[in-house]
Amino acid sequence: MPKVKMARKSTLIDMTAMCDVAFLLLTFFMLATKFKPDEPVTVVTPSSINTKLLPDSDVILLTVDKDGKVFFSMDGQPKRKKLIEDLNTQFKLGLDQQQMNNFIVGASVGTDLKDLKTYLSMKPEERKASGLEKGIPTDSANNELSTWINYARTAQGGNPKLQYCIKADNETPYPKIDEIMQTFKDLKIQKLNLVTNLEAIPPGTAAALAQDGPGSNEAH
Amino acid sequence: MAELDTSSSGGGKKHQGTKSKKLSTRVDMTPMVDLGFLLITFFMLTTTMSKPKTMDLIMPKDTEKEEEQNKVKESTALTILLGKNNRVFYYEGLAQDPNASSDPEFFQATTFANKGGIRDVIIKKRDEVAQLRNAKGEPEDVVVIIKADDGATYKNFVDILDEMAINRIQRYATVDISDQDKQWIQQTVSANPGAGGAQ
Repeated sequence: MPKVKMARKSTLIDMTAMCDVAFLLLTFFMLATKFKPDEPVTVVTPSSINTKLLPDSDVILLTVDKDGKVFFSMDGQPKRKKLIEDLNTQFKLGLDQQQMNNFIVGASVGTDLKDLKTYLSMKPEERKASGLEKGIPTDSANNELSTWINYARTAQGGNPKLQYCIKADNETPYPKIDEIMQTFKDLKIQKLNLVTNLEAIPPGTAAALAQDGPGSNEAH
Repeated sequence: MAELDTSSSGGGKKHQGTKSKKLSTRVDMTPMVDLGFLLITFFMLTTTMSKPKTMDLIMPKDTEKEEEQNKVKESTALTILLGKNNRVFYYEGLAQDPNASSDPEFFQATTFANKGGIRDVIIKKRDEVAQLRNAKGEPEDVVVIIKADDGATYKNFVDILDEMAINRIQRYATVDISDQDKQWIQQTVSANPGAGGAQ
């Protein structure tokens, strides 16, 4: 019987193609990624059937944690710069350049105005430990939230796309939300956005029927 | 284009002293691929792909003038109260009649459950009201009045607004809770601690 000759094949594989793919994907993810924004507190938002996306820019975002602490944040460094400069001159906070810079590049703030100087000179990690992070006061006697919104609105300079978003936790007590909404009402801001997660529309309800309405009509 | 001369040991140079070895131009790419995929994994995990959604909430202006305020008919109104521990209470109408509560069927407790919960109540009332005709002979719209107690959470509030969207209720309003409503909630809870149980 003639011996079948097996060709001796190399076990080495050319990895160049695989490497190309890997780096292509890597480049894609690097360019497409926007890092999760730094959140002062963890907030679990409730879910709704709304599909409208939260815009990336032109947003004044109020984060409310489960104890009702309110944190303020806004996008756009030039606008943040104007906001903090205005607040500094108006309320004589005595912030230095470094503290203002911390505000401009930082994420959200949640303290009352008199503690803002100490608060801003701390690193974000230290803020939580210091106990100063007690939220922006919203009670009617000392409504600093109203001040923040008002100055932020000025800093935005009448931007027509500006939206006011409230991102609150599932467990946030309703009276706190009511206070915030009342604050907006007092400022003559009627349109708010509540940040939610997406959930499926329950089948058989009016919204579900309306959604597949056009499709089912064609079928008949 | 320049080319690398890899045939260093070409013919005719056999007797030269310096004889460079024939080296392979292949590089082992395995570690590079490893690194590549490691970074891909990192970026994939740190990326936020699903963006949060928002719910529009348009609040009415505070009007002081009596004539600018909308009047809600007793027959088209459904009042929903949000209580502690995810409880929901409701009654039909606006409870302007102080004797309304004498009817034991008047003040009811329910839950946020998908079946047999507040949704069924809203749908039932909506369909009932759609049978009614106003002065112009057009079908009436149900008006849902939402009142949240101090014990209610933000989740309850969003859930009930979501129910409005789910059932396509066009007219609803959030109103401050009255002492009478609070009292009714307390009575119902103390009479039946399990009513509208927590979920």
